[in-house]
Amino acid sequence: MSGQIRAMTGAADARKALGVRRLITPPRRGEDSPVKRALIHVVLIITAIIVVFPVIRVFGTALRPGDNLLNPTLDIIPEGATLDAFYHVLFETNLPNWLFNSLVVTMGTAMVGLILAATSAYAFSRYKFRSRSLGLTFLFATQLIPGIMLLVPIYLLAVQLQLVATYQGLVIAYSVTAVPFSIWILKGYYDTVPIDLEEAALIDGCSEFQAFRKILLPLSLPALAIVFLFNFLAAWGEYFTARVLIGSSESLLTWTLGIQRFQAQFQTQWADLSASSIIVSVPIVILFVYVSKYLVSGLTLGGVKG
Amino acid sequence: MFDWNQAATALKDVGWTLAVIVALSAMLEVVLWVVLVKWRKARLALPIMLLAPAVIGLLVLYVYPLIWELNVSFTKMGIRNFVNPGILGLTSDPQIFVGLQNYINVFTQPVLKQTGFWQLFAQTIIWTMVNVFFHVVFGVLLAVMLNRRLRGRTVYRALLILPWAIPAFASLQIWRTEFNYQYGAVNQVLGLFGVTPVQWLSDPIANFAAMSITNIWLGVPFMMVITLGGLQSISSDYYEAAELDGASTYQSFRSITIPLLKPVLVPAVLLGTFLTFNNILVPFFINVNELETSDILVTALYRAAFQFSRYGFAAAFAFVIFAILMVFTIFYVRKTNALKGAYE
Repeated sequence: MSGQIRAMTGAADARKALGVRRLITPPRRGEDSPVKRALIHVVLIITAIIVVFPVIRVFGTALRPGDNLLNPTLDIIPEGATLDAFYHVLFETNLPNWLFNSLVVTMGTAMVGLILAATSAYAFSRYKFRSRSLGLTFLFATQLIPGIMLLVPIYLLAVQLQLVATYQGLVIAYSVTAVPFSIWILKGYYDTVPIDLEEAALIDGCSEFQAFRKILLPLSLPALAIVFLFNFLAAWGEYFTARVLIGSSESLLTWTLGIQRFQAQFQTQWADLSASSIIVSVPIVILFVYVSKYLVSGLTLGGVKG
Repeated sequence: MFDWNQAATALKDVGWTLAVIVALSAMLEVVLWVVLVKWRKARLALPIMLLAPAVIGLLVLYVYPLIWELNVSFTKMGIRNFVNPGILGLTSDPQIFVGLQNYINVFTQPVLKQTGFWQLFAQTIIWTMVNVFFHVVFGVLLAVMLNRRLRGRTVYRALLILPWAIPAFASLQIWRTEFNYQYGAVNQVLGLFGVTPVQWLSDPIANFAAMSITNIWLGVPFMMVITLGGLQSISSDYYEAAELDGASTYQSFRSITIPLLKPVLVPAVLLGTFLTFNNILVPFFINVNELETSDILVTALYRAAFQFSRYGFAAAFAFVIFAILMVFTIFYVRKTNALKGAYE
């Protein structure tokens, strides 16, 4: 019991020490003068308009009726606004299947990436062993390898192993690129958790593995969530690997490949494209804006200790 | 319409793949447990067992393909010469083995239809410098403003983070239509200010600018969030002390904010450089008319491999690109100590 309480207070302390603070902490500095504040507001409002304008524009395009698509206008709500495009992409195209395919592949990848990374990052963070710095150098080097560089051999090998136009090849390709980045981020996070807690647990009779599973993992939940989210987002919006590996199979398409079909050679279906972009983005944006409060400042390469 | 059969196939295929990965890992762990724990009673049993699945997976599925690719780079493998260079990729088969010829060709022959390596290299350098510069400048400025006591900062932050939150692929489909000469919003907005319409998609310089505008829009929020995190770790004591000493806002920005942001910004700039240098989505999709003046090294690599199917050549080209990034990184890391802490 007392051990449990210690672990719990320890968790709060550790969180505070780590900088897993929410990004919105009240600023501690004094008030600015009214003129300065007004100036800041003006700059921020102009920037926000530039940022948000394309987004609002997409909604406008998605609402346009079919005969009004090529009308050069800047109206936000177009004349004769209609939800036809949303109905069309949801019920008369394969968009729901493309989304489902993406979701299944993406969840699978993010889970594999997270589990493999959560365990190996612990070894990198807490143990000294030969070839440890070789491993870290490799993990870092993967960040500068262009994705296409790895895609060339993966594609050629997949052709020979007959893994083209299957999800096996795609899940493997995604997981392989997700794991190194995840290990690097999580290792950086584990490094910031004081080792005392685990040492105390060992003295209390935990095994090494229990110390990892019962002390460090629960403390690292925010970082694990972020890594999962990043792997999820990376695979969710991926295009080139999918195009090369499964682009030839009409029934396996993910949404990135699918909505390209709306950009036909001669006539882009702008309303369909806009409507499906919105459908694809809205859940992700809500998730992202919610989770971004917990974005850890040490996200960059995990090597940062501010 | 939602096709249930297709959905079931997707679930089954991915499920099987995951099951195989789990089964292989479990087998590996059992073997390691018997050998290390029961038999050798090894001190490092736990870390080895924790690392094993990832290490073996990465060796087989990441390192091995790269070694194989290195061997392919010495062959003239292509769609017409689809000779299997063997499991190890090692071949001296005179039918496809060409030695270093591909590496010579990268520098002496056109990589794309007309454009050669050096022009692509110059375009990539300009692209990377312009983008990273604006990412950092705008990112830091916005973060500094958002870090003040301000009404509605939560709303501002949520709005300014949007370009990062929206899947980049979706934004790019929208941006490329908005750059349309006649119907796109960009020219219409410029028209309100009396600017004559620009040929964003067919004029080389305008297209390069369009790519950069899009990518700056996409990349600023990342720098902003990173910087905001860094700013909030700076203790307010420094600013209060500076204020007592009569320092101006600019002076405390110069002498407190910038130096204390360095440990956050230095690695962020490195990561930003990789992401921009290796960014294939933006130059590929904004470049609707496949202008070779808008290609950078990685898009040229994609075209060489998957549009022209010159696999041997593309492999050699890939290693040249990798070498460039590696030289840059070693130089940068030596100079700035960006990775201090990671190896501790």
